[in-house]
Amino acid sequence: MIHYILFFIFAAFAVGGAINLLAQRHPIASALSLIVVMGSLAVEYMLLGAEFVAAIQVIVYAGAIMVLFVFVIMLLNAGAEERTKGSKVAVILGVPGMLAGLALGVFVLTQHDVANTQVAVGAMYGPAKAIAEQLFKPFLLPFEITSVLVLIAIMGAVLLAYKELD
Amino acid sequence: MARDGNTTLLGVKTFVILSVIKIAIALAVLLTLVAYTVLFERKLVGRIQNRWGPSRVGPFGLLQPLADGMKFFFKEDITPPYVNKPLYLTAPMLSLTLALTSIAVIPIGGWVTVDGIRTPLQITDVNIGLLIILGITSMGVYGIALAGWSSNSKYSLLGSLRASAQMISYEVALGLSLIGVLILSGSFSLRDIVTSQSGAWWGVIPKWNLFKGQFVAFFIYLCAAYAETNRVPFDLPEAETELVAGYHTEYSSMKFAMFFMAEYANMVTVACLASLLFLGGWNGPLFGPQILQYFLPVFWFALRVFFFIFLYVWVRGTLPRFRYDQLMGFTWKVLLPLSLANIIVTSLVVALRS
Repeated sequence: MIHYILFFIFAAFAVGGAINLLAQRHPIASALSLIVVMGSLAVEYMLLGAEFVAAIQVIVYAGAIMVLFVFVIMLLNAGAEERTKGSKVAVILGVPGMLAGLALGVFVLTQHDVANTQVAVGAMYGPAKAIAEQLFKPFLLPFEITSVLVLIAIMGAVLLAYKELD
Repeated sequence: MARDGNTTLLGVKTFVILSVIKIAIALAVLLTLVAYTVLFERKLVGRIQNRWGPSRVGPFGLLQPLADGMKFFFKEDITPPYVNKPLYLTAPMLSLTLALTSIAVIPIGGWVTVDGIRTPLQITDVNIGLLIILGITSMGVYGIALAGWSSNSKYSLLGSLRASAQMISYEVALGLSLIGVLILSGSFSLRDIVTSQSGAWWGVIPKWNLFKGQFVAFFIYLCAAYAETNRVPFDLPEAETELVAGYHTEYSSMKFAMFFMAEYANMVTVACLASLLFLGGWNGPLFGPQILQYFLPVFWFALRVFFFIFLYVWVRGTLPRFRYDQLMGFTWKVLLPLSLANIIVTSLVVALRS
């Protein structure tokens, strides 16, 4: 029971935060809404029994990446954005696209049996050890390739910053 | 996730009552500790600088924290014009709440049996305890960042920019320095980490992680912890010679006091964590009757925490402040490579041994 209550409270927070992110005019307010979304997602992960992923979500996304976002916004002292009317293409293509996506989602969900049972904590890949077993045994190659990819991104960032310095 | 596992065993009602009692005690102790750490710091820094420190209120100035608290309450609470009001009011609350929350997962002693109810001396023992503390610390940046930004003052903004950059940078070194400890103990639970450090070699040298070869990690952790709590020699965010008071320049009365309390609560948390991770937590010689056996571990633990707080004050009384580029260079060019090397060496040793 408490699972359902927590789920719906934090799902509401996540959706509300996402809408607020778009509705706010000031970049800081938008960034803070994004933090709310990420925090609520962390709680949802925890309800799924994925405590490690939840903690990493808070530490990496809400704690590190979003701090950098806020930092940059503060550093540039970005003011409130100006609203334009928005492009017509977005309205003409966006609304049907969104409806189609929604319909597809509902269709898939109704066609498949969705597991409705409560997840026992620790029964699935929740603890760090279970995740590590998966990462370093069956998924070792994708994991290592991803880390090389991240390294390339870091090197690219360094290169871009270096050009500015000259 | 909670590892007590005795929720069903005890019944929900007992569990709730027990938790409320624990939370009340922990909060009262923590707040008292925060208040008296301030006094301790003023006294000790006074002695280091060859003066008395506070000595007027009560015997040896022992009631000074009480007087300070009263003063904060009765000061005029100014909200400057042109501040971003919602964020200006939220920032100190955020800082203090997050600083006080992390005490929830910190264990202070072994198990205690009272009236047939067996319970750990800890509010809750979760198997990702260390990660929760790291998460809470990383969220603590927002309190400072938003305080500076919402104040709409150049000094505050500069202070909070410095704080955010510094805290993100040192968090990397802090997190990496803990990995050696995690490899040795094989668990994120703070209770398990302490248990893995019990015992001694040849009955003399305790099996603390510090003596298991984590000296480098300990040094990195200490530096990073000082930077994370914005203490001398890394107190650039509130460098009074350059920035008036940094991120809390525009705050007065209890709102300022909340930042102040948050800083000292963070100091206590960091000191607790250092004792748990590197100095064997509450492990120590046990003797005497049962009641003494319960409280001796807490005493040993308190002794270690006191040592770290003493070290904090000592460093503050001794070292000058870094320059900002030195501060950033120190973490990225010294601490980060050192912590990576420590991880490689530690994992190599553990792998060769197994």
